[in-house]
Amino acid sequence: MVEFKINGRKVQGEKGETILDVAKREGYDIPTLCYHEKLGSDGRCRLCIVEVQRGNRRRFVTSCLFPIENNIDVYIDSKDVILIRKTILELLLARCPGSEIIQHLAAEYDVTETRYTKDIDKGKCILCGQCIRTCESIVGVSALCMSGKGPAKKVTTPFDEPSDVCIGCGACAVVCPTGHIYIEDRGGYRTIWRKKFELARCPQCNRLHAPIEQLEFISKKTGVNIDELMICQNCK
Amino acid sequence: MNMSLEQLDSITARYTNRMSYYTKIVRICCGTGCVSSGSLQVYEGLKKILEEKGLTETVLVKQTGCHGLCERGPIVVLGNDEILYQSVGKRNIEDDISALIDTISDNKIIERMLYQGEDKTKRYISPKDIPFYAGQDRIVLSLNGIIDAEDIEEYISLGGYRGLYKALLMEPAEIIDWIDKSGLRGRGGGGFPTGTKWRSCRNAPGEVKYVVANGDEGDPGAFMDRSLMEGNPHGVIEGMIIGGYAIGSNQGFIYVRDEYPLAVNRLIKAIESAREYGLLGKNIFDSGFDFDIKIFRGGGAFVCGESTALMSSIEGKSGEPRAKYIHTVEKGIWEKPTNLNNVETWACVPHIINKGWEWFASIGTPHSKGTKVFSLVGKVKNTGLIEVPMGITLREIIYDLGGGIQGNRRFKAVQTGGPSGGCIPEAYLEMPVDFDSLTRLGSMMGSGGMIVMDERNCMVDVAKYFLKFLVEESCGKCTPCREGVRRMYEIVDRICNGEGQRGDIHHLEELAHAISLGSLCGLGQSAPNPVLSTIKYFRDEYTIHIEEKRCPAGVCKALIRFIILPDKCTGCMRCSAECPAHCIKGDKKEVHVIDETLCIKCGNCYDVCRFDAVMIE
Repeated sequence: MVEFKINGRKVQGEKGETILDVAKREGYDIPTLCYHEKLGSDGRCRLCIVEVQRGNRRRFVTSCLFPIENNIDVYIDSKDVILIRKTILELLLARCPGSEIIQHLAAEYDVTETRYTKDIDKGKCILCGQCIRTCESIVGVSALCMSGKGPAKKVTTPFDEPSDVCIGCGACAVVCPTGHIYIEDRGGYRTIWRKKFELARCPQCNRLHAPIEQLEFISKKTGVNIDELMICQNCK
Repeated sequence: MNMSLEQLDSITARYTNRMSYYTKIVRICCGTGCVSSGSLQVYEGLKKILEEKGLTETVLVKQTGCHGLCERGPIVVLGNDEILYQSVGKRNIEDDISALIDTISDNKIIERMLYQGEDKTKRYISPKDIPFYAGQDRIVLSLNGIIDAEDIEEYISLGGYRGLYKALLMEPAEIIDWIDKSGLRGRGGGGFPTGTKWRSCRNAPGEVKYVVANGDEGDPGAFMDRSLMEGNPHGVIEGMIIGGYAIGSNQGFIYVRDEYPLAVNRLIKAIESAREYGLLGKNIFDSGFDFDIKIFRGGGAFVCGESTALMSSIEGKSGEPRAKYIHTVEKGIWEKPTNLNNVETWACVPHIINKGWEWFASIGTPHSKGTKVFSLVGKVKNTGLIEVPMGITLREIIYDLGGGIQGNRRFKAVQTGGPSGGCIPEAYLEMPVDFDSLTRLGSMMGSGGMIVMDERNCMVDVAKYFLKFLVEESCGKCTPCREGVRRMYEIVDRICNGEGQRGDIHHLEELAHAISLGSLCGLGQSAPNPVLSTIKYFRDEYTIHIEEKRCPAGVCKALIRFIILPDKCTGCMRCSAECPAHCIKGDKKEVHVIDETLCIKCGNCYDVCRFDAVMIE
């Protein structure tokens, strides 16, 4: 058992838990963007930063990653923490002016306008990396990556080409916190990441339900016959 | 080969014997700086003539690592520091080589190739007398410029690998204790106590541990690590083996940037010969200790000099830093305890073991021991590589060793610590240089870059330069650094373009504060330093740019114009000949005029005018 304080109040957690784990359980509201309950975090967006004091040492850590320690004092909304969050949100407003979730979060911190020139080429992507983590650790194909560095960094498929390994499952689009990833189902085809997938038609209800490549992938992984997988979830 | 103390002695005896046949030894600097000014041609040319004259039996010509005085390269040193010739082959290579032959065969000293002091009255014969060298204390660089970096026997004969032999007879804990007491701190930037780091790694649970040398030097204007790896790679390797033994690691990695091809090649050769001589591999010096080193070439991302990004890169992942809430000495490469030090830190280790911690601790200041290698560049007369004791003042470095400011202009600031460092103004020239004093001034030691600036450097422009570098080199992982630094750049760029607004300085300070607190890694956290330190010490310059739309240093092109003063212009036509835009009109002995509509504000006319007739307004 680890005991420490959040905003002056004593709280407890298990060794190995993060500040965010405990804070959420205790009802504290720490904003997050790149954190996902099942996928964890890489500490990219920095929005969940909190101030940690131990003795005379004061530091700013991402609560989604920092393992709790005995006798630390955590302040989740100190003056500097608020400045960091406001700054991040104003910067993200300029990067992704079309993102509703960022507008919403920013408004909660009284940031309604950005002083910076708005980007027109970044879409709604905040480079949180959840799509990449999902593709790699949940789907198991690693079709996505980050390329470039600095402001030019982006999420893409290797060499910006249609990926050999992408199965068109769309898990990346589901997990994306800002709705940046474009997925289109039209005329019996799904288009995602510049690749076109033929959708499977359920032999029973005639509904288009999943890319054939995805069903083949599942069949290969699980050993379930592809004909069985062609039947949609509703008809099973 | 199974190495032993007797082997070291017999190699040394063989070498001493070999050297005794030579009546003259000529050391030609073949560090990157001198190579680019033609030292390899001097080497080849001299060898050829010596062969023709049948002198190769008695005269040894050697390629060595960097001698340091890059400004005057190619550097050639004869005998045991008897004569230093500068800029050899630069004017006329045949003449200079035959002059070298005259010195070699007739001991004739060639005046014109000697180093000349600033006052142009005195020429120096021995490098020992040249202030640039006399003010130095060379420990890490002691063999740079002396030995052939590719000859392990020469390194051994001049005391190499004896520190390792001694260390392997000591207990690991005792070695760490020595490193602790020596006061050695990390030379790569942070200045973390090396002994503490080693002990944490040794005590970290786990069978497999790694030691890493960080040779991913990427600061603009810095070449300390490069010169060290090129000039004396065995010094780094010996330090790493000792560290591996002390920490309990059998595998080392050297991470070196691929843009340093000579360093990479010399390290590869050095590792191969160390293996061949039984100094790497199994059962080194019959101690039962095994150790080997693998080289990783970095792709040139600045961020890969950051320890966790470097480790990601070694793992084959993209070079992005990670949070260090669990230290790399506990979970580093492949989650194994990993001890990373800069190459210069490793190179200090054999000297500490050889000469004792007391000796090392006797050099420097109370909290920064030993020496530090700096690359001294910018507007200083003697640019080059220096190694000085900690605690030396900035004035001594810039004026005594560096020879002062080019063109005897006024000193304005010195930028230390690379892009993460800051600019220190004239008021602090007397300050002794060490880790803590530089940090107190809002700069840092960094890995040892030192860029000297004069009155013709605009500090807002300097901040802009470093910001541009940092925008390009941000890895882009975390929001404050990726998005914030480029916005800082936009603001500073606006100020330089005469579009600064009231409130910009405050905005920069606030943004800088958020970036330094909120960024993931040390690079992001320190990225605002160039702006913060220039605002701190040169706030007026920012204000003048913003309020008066003027650049006092005459640098920011949008804010300046060049004019020719009619009463001073003699019509010599020099400026018009040098003008790349062909926008200066005027006949011989007539007053010249700049067509401002065509002027690209390059400043050539200002630089070449001998009558101070060109003015920046």
